[in-house]
Amino acid sequence: MSMQNIRAFMPRQDLIAFLVLAVVIFIAMPLAMDIFRLNLVGKYLTYAFVAVGLVLCWGYGGILSLGQGVFFGLGGYCMAMFLKLESSTPEATAIQSTPGIPDFMDWNQITEIPWFWEPFHSLPLALIAVLIVPTIFAYIIGVAMFKRRVGGVYFAIITQAVASILTILIIGQQGYTGGVNGITDLRTLLGWDIRSDSAKYVLYFVNGILLFACLLFAQYVRKSKLGRILLAMREREDRVRFTGYDVSNFKIFVFCLGAAFSAIGGAMFTLQVGFMSPSFVGIVPSIEMVIFCAVGGRMSIIGAVYGTLVVNWAKTSFSESFPELWLFAMGALFIGVVMAFPSGLAGLYRNHVGPFIEKSYKRLRLSYENYRKPDNLVTSD
Amino acid sequence: MNAQTAANNEDFVLSVEGLTVSFDGFKAVNDLSFYVEENEIRVIIGPNGAGKTTVLDLICGKTQATEGSIKFRGKELTKMSEHAIVHAGIGRKFQNPSIYEDLTVFENLEISFPRGHSVFGALVFKRDAEVIAAVEEVAETIFLSEDLNKTAGLLSHGQKQWLEIGMLLIQKPDLLMLDEPVAGMSVAERKQTAELLNRITKGRSVVVIEHDMQFVEDIAHRVTVMHQGKVLSEGSMERVKNDPKVIEVYLGH
Repeated sequence: MSMQNIRAFMPRQDLIAFLVLAVVIFIAMPLAMDIFRLNLVGKYLTYAFVAVGLVLCWGYGGILSLGQGVFFGLGGYCMAMFLKLESSTPEATAIQSTPGIPDFMDWNQITEIPWFWEPFHSLPLALIAVLIVPTIFAYIIGVAMFKRRVGGVYFAIITQAVASILTILIIGQQGYTGGVNGITDLRTLLGWDIRSDSAKYVLYFVNGILLFACLLFAQYVRKSKLGRILLAMREREDRVRFTGYDVSNFKIFVFCLGAAFSAIGGAMFTLQVGFMSPSFVGIVPSIEMVIFCAVGGRMSIIGAVYGTLVVNWAKTSFSESFPELWLFAMGALFIGVVMAFPSGLAGLYRNHVGPFIEKSYKRLRLSYENYRKPDNLVTSD
Repeated sequence: MNAQTAANNEDFVLSVEGLTVSFDGFKAVNDLSFYVEENEIRVIIGPNGAGKTTVLDLICGKTQATEGSIKFRGKELTKMSEHAIVHAGIGRKFQNPSIYEDLTVFENLEISFPRGHSVFGALVFKRDAEVIAAVEEVAETIFLSEDLNKTAGLLSHGQKQWLEIGMLLIQKPDLLMLDEPVAGMSVAERKQTAELLNRITKGRSVVVIEHDMQFVEDIAHRVTVMHQGKVLSEGSMERVKNDPKVIEVYLGH
């Protein structure tokens, strides 16, 4: 890749934003927080995967999905199934009527591991499933909707319905899924205790690295012609179609990409938090994820990460004191942001903070240059 | 006899035969036939609601025909998807300037450049010398060389119309369809556009829908007058202008 290509892929301003975020995630947070708080931040950052995917889907492609929790959840469940099988050794489950199967199966009078659990004995297969299962599911939804030119509000409603159906399915099929409690009591990954402090540190950094990998890929997509086609499609779908593009393929691609990002987030959630449950699949978490993206700025992949952190931090501190008011505050926040700051935190930074920093920097440099002058007669003002 | 008709059809770039489309029983286009020759500029005129835009919609695949056939260089278009029709060599400009306002003029033209139209192709697309040369060449043709880095939304109305024509030109279509290309343009811009059209039709055929009679006279090789979904009259501008039926339904008022 030549220097010019690199600059086209990562302009100076974006590079600075990436570096600042890297410092925040990899240096500032781990230094400033104890492991309990850091683990909490790690959990928040798993939602950022979803928010980054939404920037591409919704911000760029104009496809509003209110069901991203589905993909987050599927990724998380795939990871949880592996961890659950590992911790359900015959020794650990000796008191069950059928030892060697997950505890919730035993409670539901299931005596052998169902066929679709079998691949999750293997970590490589489980990791592949984390990526492939949600992506294929997104592909099926995408083909069914976009090839028939279903879009806009209708698409958003259908994704909500899917989120709702999947939640009901998971809760209803208790014996196979752990029901409303989800898959809990996950302990080790190939014998490595994921509940220890050192494991939490490692997982936090792995999570951060994966998030940056997704961010870099998202940046590549944004800056490629595909990113511009997404923008063009959002604005003039017919023009793009009559320029010789099969518009639906581009929508399917970006929807699948958003799903894959979400799935990685979901798997990292399971690893860091130690369980997965239907409460991360349904309509409410899916809408929350859209709010993270909107608050951060739906055109900014870096903004989406900050948006996720800020809203979750507010949620944690607010709901500690006023648990019943939180949902109203969240609703007000969403409406407020959409009405007053449609480009979110990123827009706020670009229009106010950025120019202010630039001005201060220039002033600082000017006064420094004046100070350096031998005959210090000119004063800066 | 049949063989001879078929042979004749091969000579035309576009042959529309018995084309009918009905929306809930209303026939917007009714048993319409016309033929466009190589390097011809054909103008379709007619009163509002005559079905002119619908004809273009049918040719480019936006609307599905109820009956009839549309052949482009012998290839049947009525069952093809929109993007396949574009790849076959047909470009269509919409009535209102339809450009990507958030992107620059350069990016607008680049997206239209006929390479990297698959998802993967778009992902690995490189802005190489060939692309830049093609964009610059077209930009010069459409009088926008100075504005390549301007956001397209900031162009004047006339410039937007030119940009959309440029977006078609860069695809090098064999058949160019323009829906009211000079609507909303100043007199000077109209003249410039007429020159532009005369220049770009070298080596391709053009179908234009237009209301501005002066402009039609400037560019048309032949004129088709439509009325209530049918061809009312067809021929040179001179002939059509003096056709009493045309005067009655269209030119008279």
